[in-house]
Amino acid sequence: MWEAIRANKRKSVFLAAAMFMLMVGLGFFIGVSLFPASMDIDVDGQTYSVPLFGGVLGALAACGVWALLTVTALFSGGAILMAASGARKIEKEDHPQLFNVVEEMTIASGLGSMPAVYIIDDPALNAFATGRDPQHAAVAITSGLLSRLSRDQLQGVIAHEMGHILNRDILFMQMLGVMAGAIVMISDLYVRGLFYSSGGGRRRSRSSSRGKGGQAQALLLVLGLVFAVLSPIFAQLIYLAASRRREYLADAQSAVLTRYPEGLASALELIEQDSQQLVRLNRNIAPMFICNPYKRGLSAAGLMRTHPPTAERIRILRTMAGAASFAEYQRASERIGAEVNVPASARAAEAGAPIRAAQAEAPRAEKHEQRKLQWRQATDALRGVNKFMFLTCACGLRLKLPPDFKKEKVTCPRCRRELALPVAALAAARSLGDTLERATPPSQPEPRREQPKAQETLSVKRQPGAWTSFRCPCGQVTNLPPGFQAPAVQCPQCKRSIRIDGAA
Amino acid sequence: MSILVVLIVLAVIVFGALAWLTGIYNGLVRLRNEVKNAWAQVDVQLKRRYDLIPNLIETVKGYAKHERETFEKITQARSAAMSAQGVAEQAKAETQLSQALGGLRLVVEAYPDLKANTNFLALQEELTSTENKIGFARQFYNDQVMQLNNKVQMFPSNIVAGMFGFKLEDFFELEEPEAREAPKVQF
Repeated sequence: MWEAIRANKRKSVFLAAAMFMLMVGLGFFIGVSLFPASMDIDVDGQTYSVPLFGGVLGALAACGVWALLTVTALFSGGAILMAASGARKIEKEDHPQLFNVVEEMTIASGLGSMPAVYIIDDPALNAFATGRDPQHAAVAITSGLLSRLSRDQLQGVIAHEMGHILNRDILFMQMLGVMAGAIVMISDLYVRGLFYSSGGGRRRSRSSSRGKGGQAQALLLVLGLVFAVLSPIFAQLIYLAASRRREYLADAQSAVLTRYPEGLASALELIEQDSQQLVRLNRNIAPMFICNPYKRGLSAAGLMRTHPPTAERIRILRTMAGAASFAEYQRASERIGAEVNVPASARAAEAGAPIRAAQAEAPRAEKHEQRKLQWRQATDALRGVNKFMFLTCACGLRLKLPPDFKKEKVTCPRCRRELALPVAALAAARSLGDTLERATPPSQPEPRREQPKAQETLSVKRQPGAWTSFRCPCGQVTNLPPGFQAPAVQCPQCKRSIRIDGAA
Repeated sequence: MSILVVLIVLAVIVFGALAWLTGIYNGLVRLRNEVKNAWAQVDVQLKRRYDLIPNLIETVKGYAKHERETFEKITQARSAAMSAQGVAEQAKAETQLSQALGGLRLVVEAYPDLKANTNFLALQEELTSTENKIGFARQFYNDQVMQLNNKVQMFPSNIVAGMFGFKLEDFFELEEPEAREAPKVQF
């Protein structure tokens, strides 16, 4: 695995260097066009003439902007990206299957720490990974994709993201992305500045006072302008070239980790067939997704696309036969005539392991049910993250109440039963970080509240035929349905035993 | 003068050889530790499965009281696996346990109520995931073992390995070809 990184490095360094030159060049030309070509500086009475003063100043300024952005990206890049794409972090309870699959892939890859898991509330089908190193990595998946994939497919997708983390693609792409961002920003500022000052006063006065020098200045201005317009495009092209190369390697890694290339292949097929585009799409995040998120327009094909053609990726994965290894991936790509370069060291390092069989799917008749269940799980995970409250009626229907739900009672839409809302849970959901006292005032003699606790044993008094809710001293809110019978419950968080007294 | 040159050359050669040996030795130690670490990971997942089984049996019992034979088989296989020593024996016991659990899966097919039970579904997901985790941990462990074994057997690192007593490690292979695949039946 690490061999793959090293082999990748040389070309990566070349691309990064090209991008850096572009940035410095941009700064240089802008500087030259804005400031006098040379500057006389007085130091201790002596006068030095600094040639190309403007250019050097511009290049330094560009580097400064880049350094600032880089530092920001390094320390909060992941969080910013996640926020920009509207991703929400989930815990195991929110979606056990997704969490388990990420854990499985962490084990398979031998990474020490498991990446954080995020869900993006979006019906489009996509997934991406981010983070500056494996310890700070995160994977995100849209709720749409989560609800459509089978377990095998989900595994393939997560393994692909894990491949990006293993190959350190994320850090590299993030750094390149930041550089591209800096270039776009600088040129934007410059072009807009020129546009709004429209032949600005400073420049005019300078050219009138210099006379002949003004012509050279005007030429430089045009050069700077051309550079400013072209460089973002080139930066984007370099960025995309780097991005495309890495997708194949992550695909190969996915096949090696899961020993089941068909999982990723069929997931990619599903994503490709879908026509929905992500709602919140940012062009610097685009290459990090598993599949090209642009479904339409210039970015959907050719030089401007962020990913290699999905059809080709699927064909390579499906052509793999016999063994799940980097070497087999390379052979498969050669068989169908695709241009893929899996580093030789990676090919040699892996001994081929046999491709495993599929996990059996539910029979066709149950497929629809399965889809419905999966959809429900995905949306419930999002609701859980968004502090929705779940209330299970005695008839079995699960009501989902938004955090700003204010009423004391709700009618079950299926059986018309009146359900009293577990007040403590509602209060807890409404104001996160509520203190124990405020949520359950001991002075209030309401029946559905926690009783003042005795020495060690906690007890709760119940009303017949109504929901009972109480808050454990550890902060965990528990709701007991009307049909609850047991004499005691255990707090799911602190494992304290709480006695339940029947109706008085 | 020439003696000094010879001495310096000798010192360089000796130093170089030592550095080289140290490198090989450290590489072997690192690999051995990685193998140990990978085995610990396998072990964690195996223990998780042992912990899940009683819960699963309790849940299934509530619906399928008459499948005593299946339950007993699983319980026996579980305790055999828990007391197994060494990689090879463990592999044998785990194969038995996986087969016994496969039997339970067939039993469950006959009880639609059980298959709709949310508690059971959650346990089911946990068990599937734990089995996958065992598989992936095993995969990683075997990769590490192969790297170590290659070093122990291949020249020139086999000399260093022989001097310091590095041994070949066992692969963790499940015997039956069915056992290495993920369970066939899903609920």
